[in-house]
Amino acid sequence: MHVFDDAWGRGPTRVEEDRYELFEGPRYRFELDRRGFVKTFSAGLLVLLVAKRGSAQESGRGFSGGDRMPSDVGAWLHIAEDGAVTVFTGKTEIGQNIRTSLTQAVAEELGAPIASISLVMADTAKTPYDMGTFGSRTTPTMNAQLRKVAAAARAVLADRAKARGKTLTPSIFGELVKGSPLVATVTNTVAPKPASQWTVAGQAAPKVDGRDFVTGRHRYTTDLTRESMLHAKIVRPPAYGATLVNADTRAAEAMPGVVVVRDGNFLGVAAPTVAAAGAAMEAIKAEWSAGPRASARTLFADLKGNAGPIEAKGGAKNVTAQYTIAYIAHAPLEPRAAVAEWQGDALTVWTGTQRPFGVQQELVDAFHVAADRIRVIVPDTGSAYGGKHTGDAAVEAARIARAAKKPVKLVWTREEEFWWAYFRPAGVIDVSGSVGADGVLTAWQYHNYNSGPSGLSTPYAIANAIEKFHQSESPLRQGSYRGLAATANHFARESHMDDLARAAAMDPLAFRLKNLRNERLAAALNAAASKFGWAARKKSQGVGFGLACGIEKGGYTATCAEVEASNGSVTIRRLAVAFECGAIVNPDGLDNQVSGAVVQGLGGALFEAIEFDGGRLLNGRFSRYRVPRFADVPPIDVVLVNRADLPSAGAGETPIVGVAPAIGNAILDATGVRIRSLPMIPNGLPASTSQV
Amino acid sequence: MSQCPRWWRVVECILMKVILRVNGTARQVEVAPGDSLLSVLRDTLDLTGTKYGCGEGQCGACTVVIDGQAIKSCQTKASQTEGRAITTIEGLERNGRLHPLQEAFLKHEAMQCGYCTPGMIMAGVAFLTANPNPTDAAIVAAMDKNKNVCRCGTYPRIVDALKDTAHARI
Repeated sequence: MHVFDDAWGRGPTRVEEDRYELFEGPRYRFELDRRGFVKTFSAGLLVLLVAKRGSAQESGRGFSGGDRMPSDVGAWLHIAEDGAVTVFTGKTEIGQNIRTSLTQAVAEELGAPIASISLVMADTAKTPYDMGTFGSRTTPTMNAQLRKVAAAARAVLADRAKARGKTLTPSIFGELVKGSPLVATVTNTVAPKPASQWTVAGQAAPKVDGRDFVTGRHRYTTDLTRESMLHAKIVRPPAYGATLVNADTRAAEAMPGVVVVRDGNFLGVAAPTVAAAGAAMEAIKAEWSAGPRASARTLFADLKGNAGPIEAKGGAKNVTAQYTIAYIAHAPLEPRAAVAEWQGDALTVWTGTQRPFGVQQELVDAFHVAADRIRVIVPDTGSAYGGKHTGDAAVEAARIARAAKKPVKLVWTREEEFWWAYFRPAGVIDVSGSVGADGVLTAWQYHNYNSGPSGLSTPYAIANAIEKFHQSESPLRQGSYRGLAATANHFARESHMDDLARAAAMDPLAFRLKNLRNERLAAALNAAASKFGWAARKKSQGVGFGLACGIEKGGYTATCAEVEASNGSVTIRRLAVAFECGAIVNPDGLDNQVSGAVVQGLGGALFEAIEFDGGRLLNGRFSRYRVPRFADVPPIDVVLVNRADLPSAGAGETPIVGVAPAIGNAILDATGVRIRSLPMIPNGLPASTSQV
Repeated sequence: MSQCPRWWRVVECILMKVILRVNGTARQVEVAPGDSLLSVLRDTLDLTGTKYGCGEGQCGACTVVIDGQAIKSCQTKASQTEGRAITTIEGLERNGRLHPLQEAFLKHEAMQCGYCTPGMIMAGVAFLTANPNPTDAAIVAAMDKNKNVCRCGTYPRIVDALKDTAHARI
C-alpha cells in the first residue's frame, strides 16, 4: 500500500484553457485491481442516442446487454411492458432543478404526462457516460439529447400504433412494446419540436419530487446507512502541504471496534459510531512536517510573479488599474460525504459529486480496480456550485472500507469542508483602456493572472485589443466555481468600463451601448435598465447607481444596482437583473436560478474571502466566514428575456457575473471611491480612497 | 460498552437511558452526556430530515421545534431534552396532509437543493406560531436571528412562503 500522489502534487503544469476549471488532480492513489459490471434490459423498448454520427448502431435488433455501453451513447430511454417510462442520464441534480426541466423536455416530445416519467441520474452502472455537470452544459446538451431520444421513441410507438390501427396515447405504451425487446438508435440528426410548438416545456413546472424535500424524506448521501456500517474520521494535517512523519495509533487501535488506516500521507479511522470514531481520531498522536506556509499577505504578488508592467498605447484618455480577486469557498450546505462498500473486489460508492464518472476514474486510479468493478451513485445532492468535481470523500471512505471490510460512511465536518475542499481561484487582473473624445474605445490591454480565461474577451468593439490569461502557481488548492473566471473578468472589465465612461464624460449605459456590437447583449442591457428605471434615477446624497453587463456560456446578462453609503458602510438598496438564454424551458426554475446566482454573487462581491497565513486557514467556519444571509438580500427584480427562436443555453452561472461590477459602479457613483478588489467591502468602505 | 478504555474521557462512555418525546411518540434511547440531539435524531432514531450543516449553531440546518421554540439541535444535548415535546420535519405531516408551510414551500418552490429546507421550515413554523401576522421585515429578522443559511440563495422565496402561510391563516 502506497500513496503515489499527495494532495499537493500539482498535476500538469499546463492545462487546456477550457479545462482550466478541472485542473486539480486526484488526491490519493492506492494499490489494487479487477473488473466486471453488467447492465441489462430484458424487455420493452430501449432507445439509444448515438452522440456521434457514423458510429453505427444496429437498429431494430434485440439488445443482449452484458457489455459496457459504447462510449458514444449519450442518453437512453426505456419503456417497460407496464408502460413505465424511465430516462437515463449521467447528469446530477445539485439544486439546479434539472431533474424537473429534463423531465419536462421528455414529456414534451414523448407526449406523456410529467408524472409518468422517471429519471435515473448519475449512476455509473445504469446511466451513459457523462463528463460531468458543470459549465452550464446540461440544458444546451442533455436537454437536446433527451428531446431527440424521446422524439425517436414517440416515432417508434406511433408506427406500432398505426400498424395496429390504434390511436397513440400514453395508456397503450406498455402494450405497444410487449414482445421481443427492441432497440432503436437515433443520431443527432433527429429534429425535436421547435420551442414555438412547446406545450409542456416552456411552462413553469414544480419540482418533480418537491414533496420529498419539504418532508425531509429525501436521502442525501449524508443520510444513507448500510448494514453494519462504520463511521469514519480522517486525521488532517495542521497546515497545507504538511506531510505525515510519524503516527502513534496504538491507543486508537486498542479501542473496541476501531479500525485505523495509515497509507502514506493518509491517516483515517472508523468505528461503529461517529462519537467513537471521533474519540479514536483524538487518541492518535500524529507528527507532521511543516508545509510551505502559504500566506494571503503575499498572495497577489505571488500570483503575478515576475510579469512586467503593461503599457497602454494611443487614445486621448487612458485609464490603467489593477484588480485583485480573493479565494472564496463554495460552502455547500451538504458537506462532502461518501458511503463506500466493497463486495470482494467490487466497490460501490454513494457520494455527492458533479462528476460521477470522474469520481469513478479517481477510484480506478486510487485502487487500481477496473472501472467496471466500481459503481458510483450520486443521490440528488445538497448543492455544489462547482465545488464537488473531485471525489476526495469517496476515495477516503473507500480506502477505510477496504481495510475495515465493512461499509464505511464519511461526512466531512464544516471545518474540513472549508480546509480540504478547493477554492475559487484568486487572481490579479491588470487593465489599461483608452477612449477617444467621441466616446469610442480605442485601445484595450488586459492581463489576467490565475483567475481563469472564461469571460476574458471583451464584448465591446475595440480595434486595438490585447487580452491574455496567464496561468500561475496557486498557493492553495483551487478549482471550479459557479462562473469562476467570468466573475473576476467581468468585475475588472465592467468596473474599468465605468471609469472610461467617466473619462469620456458619458452616461455608463449610453457609453456601453455606443461601444457594443452585440444585439443580444444590448437587448439584455436595455431590459435591465428599463426594469430598473435607469433613465429616471435620481441622485441624492450618499446614493449611487451602477450597471454592468456580459456574455458567458451562451447567456446574456445585465445588472443594475442602487446603493446607499453612510458612515463607512454600504447598503444595497435594490438590484435588477436581466437574463437571456434562448428558449426558456422552465420559467419559474429559471427565475429561481437567476435570483439564486445573484444572492450567491453578493457574498463574493461584498464580503467573502478566504483568510490564510502560515499555511493555515484562519476563517474556516460559518462563524468566521460570512455568507449571504436573509438580512443581506435586497429586493431583486428579475427580467427573463425569452427567445423561443434560439436554442436554450444554460443558466446556472451567467447571472452571477454582473453583480459585483454593478454594485462597485454604484459605490463609485455614491461616494467617488473606486474599489478594485473582490470582496469589495469585507470591513465596510475602505478608508483609503482611489478617486477616479 | 461496560468498561471504558482509560484513554477515553470518562463522560464519553457513560451511557444513560433517556426517553425522548419525538413527534408525539416516546422513544427510549441510550445517550452519552455529550451527545447532541442532532446526532441522536439522525444516527440513533434515523430521523435524517434534520441536517448537519456546521456544528456551531451558525446555519440553522439542524433546527427542530422543542416546546414551541426553534432550537438548533447541534447545540443541544440530547440528555437535556428528556420529557420535552420535540418536533422534527418528519412530524409536521398529519395523515398524509402537509403542514401549510410545507405546502407554501412547494407552491413558491422556496428551495433549490433542498438541504436547508427542513431547518428553514422548522424555524418558520416556530416563528409563525408565535407571530401569526408578521411583517416582511419581522420574517427576515426572525430567520436571520435563527441564523438559517440557504447557500442557493432562495431567501426571497422563503420569505414569500412564510408570508403566504401567515396570510392564509388569518
